[in-house]
Amino acid sequence: MPPVLELKGITKRFPGVLANDHINLTLNEGEVLALLGENGAGKSTLMNVLYGLYTPEEGEIYVRGKKADIHGPNDAIALGIGMVHQHFMLVPVLTVAENVMLGMESVKHGFVLDREDAATKVRAISEKYGLEVDPNDLVGELPVGLQQRVEIIKLLYRSADILILDEPTAVLTPQEVEGLFEVVRSLVAQGKSVVFITHKLKEVLALADRVSVLRGGKVVGHADPKTSTERDLASLMVGREVILTVPKEPAQPKDVVLKVENLEVMGDRHRMAVRGISFEVRSGEIVGVAGVQGNGQTELVEALTGLRPVVNGKITLDGRDITHETPRVITETGSAHIPEDRQRDGLVLGYPIADNLILNTYYLPPIASGLVMHANVIAERAERLVEEYDVRTPSITTPAGNLSGGNQQKVIVARELSREVKLVIAAQPTRGLDVGSIEYIHSQLVRKRDEGAAVLVVSAELDEVLGLADRIMVMFEGEIMGIVPAEQATKENIGLLMAGVHPEAGKEAA
Amino acid sequence: MDDKATAKTRRALGMGITYLVFALLTWVLFVPGTTSEQLTTFTFNVTAGNLPPIPDLTFHTLTGIYLMVALAALAGVWQLTKGFKNVYLILGLVSVFFVLAFLAWAARDKSMNLTGMIGATLLSSIPITLAALSGVMCERSGVVNIGIEGMMLSGAFMSALIGSVTHSTWWGLIAAVLAGGLTAALLAVMAIKYQVDQIVAGTAINILTTGLTSYFSSRYLQTNGALNNPPTFDRISLPLLGKIPIVGPSLFNNTLVVYTAIVLVFLIYWLLFYTRWGLRTRAVGEHPRAADTLGINVFRMRYINVILGGMVAGLGGAYLVLSSVARFDELMTAGKGFIGLAAMIFGNWNPIGAFGASLIFGFADSLQTKLAILRVPIPSQFLLMAPYLVTMIVLAGVVGQSRPPAADGQPYEKE
Repeated sequence: MPPVLELKGITKRFPGVLANDHINLTLNEGEVLALLGENGAGKSTLMNVLYGLYTPEEGEIYVRGKKADIHGPNDAIALGIGMVHQHFMLVPVLTVAENVMLGMESVKHGFVLDREDAATKVRAISEKYGLEVDPNDLVGELPVGLQQRVEIIKLLYRSADILILDEPTAVLTPQEVEGLFEVVRSLVAQGKSVVFITHKLKEVLALADRVSVLRGGKVVGHADPKTSTERDLASLMVGREVILTVPKEPAQPKDVVLKVENLEVMGDRHRMAVRGISFEVRSGEIVGVAGVQGNGQTELVEALTGLRPVVNGKITLDGRDITHETPRVITETGSAHIPEDRQRDGLVLGYPIADNLILNTYYLPPIASGLVMHANVIAERAERLVEEYDVRTPSITTPAGNLSGGNQQKVIVARELSREVKLVIAAQPTRGLDVGSIEYIHSQLVRKRDEGAAVLVVSAELDEVLGLADRIMVMFEGEIMGIVPAEQATKENIGLLMAGVHPEAGKEAA
Repeated sequence: MDDKATAKTRRALGMGITYLVFALLTWVLFVPGTTSEQLTTFTFNVTAGNLPPIPDLTFHTLTGIYLMVALAALAGVWQLTKGFKNVYLILGLVSVFFVLAFLAWAARDKSMNLTGMIGATLLSSIPITLAALSGVMCERSGVVNIGIEGMMLSGAFMSALIGSVTHSTWWGLIAAVLAGGLTAALLAVMAIKYQVDQIVAGTAINILTTGLTSYFSSRYLQTNGALNNPPTFDRISLPLLGKIPIVGPSLFNNTLVVYTAIVLVFLIYWLLFYTRWGLRTRAVGEHPRAADTLGINVFRMRYINVILGGMVAGLGGAYLVLSSVARFDELMTAGKGFIGLAAMIFGNWNPIGAFGASLIFGFADSLQTKLAILRVPIPSQFLLMAPYLVTMIVLAGVVGQSRPPAADGQPYEKE
């Protein structure tokens, strides 16, 4: 039997870039093929070629042994190819059923929508593949994990049997990721074939039957997840040896920089999100905040950075009461903030990199004197920081929105850490980034610690907290479950605390 | 769940307070200037049709105003203590109480023909409605149409010219619809194919049509009367409906264009929300890339919608000529296209909402005429503000923000 899908010599050029260089790829029926590669390796380009959104310069595509001509999504859909895009292609104001049927509507009398029929079909698919969702819910009101289900249902509604999932876990919480894996396994069990695009090594090992690795637009190798380790895959993907643990000396904590006392913060829905917590972060140490997302970490960070009002309690930074201060005062007191949502809170996407690098210092000398900003100073500074922080960009005038996620994050890190700061607050600093960028950002946070800053890292990735922090603080339902020194922390005892359970070992070790 | 419940209680509370504010406003604005002897007379005379006369309604002005105050206050207290099921319906009623109190006050020592006002309101609202519908069709698909005014103007011009030449209202009507569609096609090519800024393109359409129609009008239509003398549509009295007391003759004794406009309101609503075309239109206006990945031709959907929208605007132009004044005058649309855009926004890009908003604007328009005749002792400009003020309070404070289609005004580009 021929493979379900075969790509032969696919080549796609963009102005100045060879995005895909003679790529050969095979997908067999009923398997999960992981397409592994760093951001910019050409994974998404390749899949957009397959889905008909890009036309390749060279190469051929064979579907079930037959040569296929794919000029647009319609051709791909007709061949049974479906794609879940990295950024969901859902219309938020329409219902689940409407989103699913869009373009292939259930109609009666030729053009009148038959919503009942569509809902029935959606329910049937939900049941068959374990993709539970209410067809009459508005998509915009669903959590991200459910929206992704709707995307998958869309493909199955079109009877797709080759499913392409482009970075499907980038936006999911750990629980949602597990749910997605269940779904993928159930799809494969029913004869579908899946291409799973990712740069996360753990996911590849957990889910894939085969792995193909892309680097610089080329297939650089194949691997069998049963016999490979994370380290093998990482070196194949990055092209050199990668250090997966964070190299650092033991911490030398000194004076208290950040002191939080009985802090209470209100969440978005008029519910107390942070419930009377107290902790300290000292100069020269990294405190990691672990916890399942939505347990008050976001609100804590927003309160510490002045973005959310404090209901009760006191925050002291470097001896100064900043409980009710504005973000600018807090920034000037010596706090750096790497925000959770880098595109919304960290950058002005339409601004050039140079301007993004001065968002919190634009009014200060030497950048400005009075009302005048000095273009040459800004440019020199930008050139220096881009060089120093290894931001890969064509120029300093490129809008930040045009950079890859990793490089966007580097711009923020460059802006925040190039100042003299006493406290660094980093929320999900490596979410969605590739191995190389993660390595780099971790080393920068450790460097700042060694220079004497107090560092607070909030992360939903337990591995990141364990690897980076000197002390680990676990949050559960707005309270601190425990603060554990790194040497006593294990995945097990932290995991229990994250679930709201006090294990015997390591309780209140602060 | 408890969060949703909280939001609901807060809104219920806000509504109750709003009703009470209306009661207070009615008192403060209308009671001090009224004496206890003054009388108000509302008449319901109809000129057309052979209907039995309805007796006039005469009452003490102050009594009437107090009654309205009491009703609004009662609604407020009831809302705060027990709560209504449909708070927006009650809000509408309370606004009506306010307006009635205003009319009673304005007509003290005089008489006012309410039936006439109903008819005048509808007629003034028709061109605004058609303009708003045109806007809804374009913007739901993601193209901002500032050029409605221009499309109406070209429709009006062509209906006058072709109607005069052919001596046929029908040819005039068809010419107007085609002219509107053609003007819109020009906008569509600029906005969709060449991705010109849609505000600029629409403004260009307005300037272009103003210039062209004014030139041809002054050069030919005004000098040669035969070119500017179109026939008009006859009024058609609908059987049974036309005999309903008070409202029948005002609402159901109108021209074909008026009926068409009202049918269009509901037809476009149904098309938008219950058909394949509507689902695709809304998808293209909200998230064109999503529609594209599902094989929907974004450009084609937008072209169709903009051109159809232009045809509706052309119909609005034809109304001004063939159902109203029977001649073309320079700039005769007088900003109705823009008021239509406002009605579209007030109506939250929903055809029925837009129609409701158009009626409010139409009421304001007819009220101005009425008050000028009644010689109300305050400057008419101030009186005119009342309905708009009510609209603004209702929309800004209570109903909440209207939300345009997410991709409204953004050109679509394939990757």
